[in-house]
Amino acid sequence: MTRYQPILIALGIAALLVAPIGQGNYIIYTLCSWLLFSIAAMGLNLTLGYAGQVSLAQAGFMGIGAYITALMTLNGIHWSVAALISILSSFAVGLLLGYPALRVQHHFLAFVTLAFNTLLFLVLRNEEEITGGSFGLVGMERPTFFGISTDSNLAFYYFSLVCFLLAAAAMWWILRSPWGRAFKALRENPIRAESLGLKIRRQTLLAFAIGSAFGGLAGALQTPLVQFIEPSSFALIHSLKLLLMVVVGGSGFFFGPMLGAAVVILLPEMLRFTEGYYLIIYSALVIVLMVYSPNGLIGLGQKLAEKIKPRQEARRDLKQGVQL
Amino acid sequence: MAELIQILVSGLAAGSIYALAAVGFTLLWQASQTINFAQGEFVMLPAFFVLIGMTVLGLPMWTSILLALVLSLLILGVAFKRLIVEPMLPHGTLPLVIATIALGLLLKESVKEFYGATAQPFPAIFPQTVYNVAGASVSVQDICNLVVSMLAIGGLQLFLNRTRTGRCMQASAQNPAVAEILGVNVKRMVLYTFLINAALATIASVLISPIYLAKFSNGETLGLVAFIAAIVGGFNQIRGALVGGLLIGVIDNLSAVYISAQYRAAMPLLLLIAIILLRPQGLLGTPEGRTV
Repeated sequence: MTRYQPILIALGIAALLVAPIGQGNYIIYTLCSWLLFSIAAMGLNLTLGYAGQVSLAQAGFMGIGAYITALMTLNGIHWSVAALISILSSFAVGLLLGYPALRVQHHFLAFVTLAFNTLLFLVLRNEEEITGGSFGLVGMERPTFFGISTDSNLAFYYFSLVCFLLAAAAMWWILRSPWGRAFKALRENPIRAESLGLKIRRQTLLAFAIGSAFGGLAGALQTPLVQFIEPSSFALIHSLKLLLMVVVGGSGFFFGPMLGAAVVILLPEMLRFTEGYYLIIYSALVIVLMVYSPNGLIGLGQKLAEKIKPRQEARRDLKQGVQL
Repeated sequence: MAELIQILVSGLAAGSIYALAAVGFTLLWQASQTINFAQGEFVMLPAFFVLIGMTVLGLPMWTSILLALVLSLLILGVAFKRLIVEPMLPHGTLPLVIATIALGLLLKESVKEFYGATAQPFPAIFPQTVYNVAGASVSVQDICNLVVSMLAIGGLQLFLNRTRTGRCMQASAQNPAVAEILGVNVKRMVLYTFLINAALATIASVLISPIYLAKFSNGETLGLVAFIAAIVGGFNQIRGALVGGLLIGVIDNLSAVYISAQYRAAMPLLLLIAIILLRPQGLLGTPEGRTV
């Protein structure tokens, strides 16, 4: 951590605290959905950016969280219990899915999660007695904590912000712990990591399961935010959207998913004048970004910063030697 | 019994078209480690080239199909390889996966915005007469689709195994470095693979669109089916993709009739998960070295 980082983070939190004051309901709603998608994207970043596995089911895990929370709160159970169960179930499903998939080649998790997300969508749509089918579930109330209701949009924003900060702190702690550092080792050089005694499969599996648990938390927040859930909010296309968030922001960077989520959620607002062409422009931008900077916007920023102020390098020729 | 025959024939016919997409998918993977998440959209798009040729330019059907083939070769073959795959290969598989996902979205949304969001009727190439064979109604269209796809895949197999260029392509896929040393123009061989994939996609598109109508969102299911077929059959074998495609077609039709129409789409997915659990190299595949 550099000298300026704590100050910058404090400034960032302060900005998040004052951001919704005096804004209309719609902007507060957008900010809330940015916060919860950031949580989901942060989890996916652990899977993708640190453990190097593609998960195409993050929206599915949000769905698990959202439906569990909805069903439990509709039955009068407090949100915090429901959210905890949501997180734990997403974690458990992640373990169950990841265990067989990670036994084999590296790209298989992508396919298993792809199949899982599609299956989950079918179940949510078809089991009408429990999930309400394609009509979805309505009437979930926003939670009340110690007599303080989060019914107003501003109150709910601060509630989401607290959840977001807790999630971000947990992620920060995970990545700083020796266990989290092992991920980086794994990503940079799996063979060396294994020779140092790291259990690659166990590490990757846990990364995926924890990443999924973050998805569960995001889902648990989505239920009280939207107060209406239906299967198509958790379809495969949303998993792809989450994947794009992580990659556009910069996978493997701590702040990448927040940036990516901001881009993906705010861009439609900014490109509203283009009407239907928004997705066309967006996907074209993603392709161009991937070609020029596979590390996303943060990677692009670093590249530009290095052009202006080159990083100190003792001997450039050594770099070539290391590669050989 | 008659019903079963009917289901089997239409299942095989649909499956053979899936196999075309799956074969292209495996070829790209072998030649350049490209997992093409836009494969479904690659099959969706040529049908619209045909429609543009017929309705906008007023060309006859076969000329339009030829036009669609040329456009597909140029856009889905050459441009896809030169502009997207080639610059990204050095960065590894992941950015490329993301780029193909974005490409799929781009193609889908472009068709939706520029051509139309509704399903478009597509001219049938083969007569749609239905014959009664031993009590089962069998349509000529299904039989023709099956024959054409089998011929295309059989021809491809012959080309890859019997011609010099085909063997060079196989060598480039198996070990690019050694192939290069032995004087094979690896880059050109990879380009051929992309062209073959585009051609297969065009054939699949022209065969399937009269049945399912041409719609911008067709790629979603087709792409998923192509993955599943490729993995079920074996990721590193053309035969595997063929068997996988046929199997998925038959299972899909069987489960629609005998299990549940609501969960029809779930059966291939369950098969995929079962295969990954029990036989990860696929039914006909040979195990690859573990990478993790």
